Amino acid sequence: MLAVASLVDTAPPPAPTRSQVGAPSYPGARRPDRHRVVDSDGVRLAVWEWGDESAPPVLFAHGGFDFAGTFDTLAPRVADAGYRVVSWDHRGHGDSSKGHLYSWEADLRDALAVLGSTGARSLPVVGHSKGGALMLQLADAQPHRVSHLVNLDGLPSARSWPDVPDHHRTRMLDGELASWLDHRRGAIDKVRRPGTIEELAERRARMNPRLELEWLRYLVPIGAFEQPDGWRWKIDPAMRMGGFGPWRPEWSMARLPALGMPVLCVLGLELEHMGWGTRPEDVYPKLPAGGRFVPLDGVGHFVHIEKPAVIADLILDLLA
Amino acid sequence: MSAATAGRRTVRITHVGVELALHQLRDGDGRALLCLHGLGERTPDAVPRHLAAWPGPVWGLDFTGHGASSSPAGGGYTAEILMADADHALAHLGEATVVGRGLGAYIALLIAGARPRSVAGAILTDGPGIAGGGPSPHSPVSLRPPAEIDGGATPDPFALIELARDVRPGDYATTFVRQAVQFSGLEVPVAVAAVVHPPWLAAVVDAQGVVAEGLPEALGRYAAAVRTTPG
Repeated sequence: MLAVASLVDTAPPPAPTRSQVGAPSYPGARRPDRHRVVDSDGVRLAVWEWGDESAPPVLFAHGGFDFAGTFDTLAPRVADAGYRVVSWDHRGHGDSSKGHLYSWEADLRDALAVLGSTGARSLPVVGHSKGGALMLQLADAQPHRVSHLVNLDGLPSARSWPDVPDHHRTRMLDGELASWLDHRRGAIDKVRRPGTIEELAERRARMNPRLELEWLRYLVPIGAFEQPDGWRWKIDPAMRMGGFGPWRPEWSMARLPALGMPVLCVLGLELEHMGWGTRPEDVYPKLPAGGRFVPLDGVGHFVHIEKPAVIADLILDLLA
Repeated sequence: MSAATAGRRTVRITHVGVELALHQLRDGDGRALLCLHGLGERTPDAVPRHLAAWPGPVWGLDFTGHGASSSPAGGGYTAEILMADADHALAHLGEATVVGRGLGAYIALLIAGARPRSVAGAILTDGPGIAGGGPSPHSPVSLRPPAEIDGGATPDPFALIELARDVRPGDYATTFVRQAVQFSGLEVPVAVAAVVHPPWLAAVVDAQGVVAEGLPEALGRYAAAVRTTPG
């Protein structure tokens, strides 16, 4: 009886590609060579590619509240070794359109739409954090589409749940639930707070305290857009961190032992707010036969940004 | 407008880009009864006979992707988003007793726990989508509805596949019972009138603050319910 609600398309111009004027610079970083759009059942996904178009494709999935541009230091290294790196901004992130709804399964379907757009029947996938857990489920649910799996600090474990007594938990949850519902009631009018490039970088630094400010400043003209009153992150203001639901982090790790393709898991051992708090002893028992596990001492959650050369070598070694 | 819907008044509510249809099935004084339909269903045109004994006004909400509510692009349905649909109805009604069928029964429980001061009793009845995807996750090989998407028609095929397999652990469901018990000011905030008990509902029916009774008894219970000061 009603038409599909139309998404208001007030999207700012997409982030610059490598050849475009205004592309930001950072040592070792390179903007994607190409930008295209994939339609995932009415949601417009911004797809970014590094490397020769005819080279074998590899799919990269970013983490929650990130965007494909956060692969600007890792992706070129893999592309230069003879691959076509294909990544996308998750719905509501970067230059992709806002979703009316967000869910794990919708992200999984979006991933499959991008995978399909490469023309490959099956290909290697690399995911960081949420993207790593997403690729882990893709490999489990669609093993015929995934030839290799690389998981970069995206192995949730039961450990990350705070241990609080029931009565305290009830009081806490009461506030969480009400605040989430209040947010939904008001989210229609929400916009992100504007600021200078410096201010946006500093705000991001609170969630990414181990990353250089120079890197975070580099990300602003990619993940944010400029209006007369300042820069704003493009991420959909209707989304928010945290939340609740029936999902248990350990469900994700439980998919690991089932995998039959070559698997590489990398864990940054420095604990961070954005990470999962997973320890090596949580991972070892879950590794599939022949799976490789690399814990990195002195490295935080954003392993690919702190150590792009190390991670690129590990990926290329798995693909060789 | 058909004769059957002639008495029905519809309020439009926007929930982050989705237009929800909240139907008033019957006017009246006192606390409203809010009806939540099952998976793939819609609000009936008139007050169903089995709910006619409710003394106050009767309302029904069409969930996102159902009935006269709009269907979003590209799916992404969760039970929690439908709970927020129900919360938007509560924002309009103030306070209500909620009666749900199937999927709507699960949503009635969630909103009773999440807005315990606005929900004066949740009545859980049988209906489509009552089991959801069971208590533990699966590995869905099929991520898209098999049929071509029929632009905007409801029920949205994405709603049907996604809400038929959302995971519903028993201890997650009982968390919402606990919230309702602690903050609703009702000794028995949840009544289970459903005769089929999938794992989440089997856990709920055993919890403190939940009674298993027939629909007429449950309607009578909440029509007469007076809250003590919530905790």
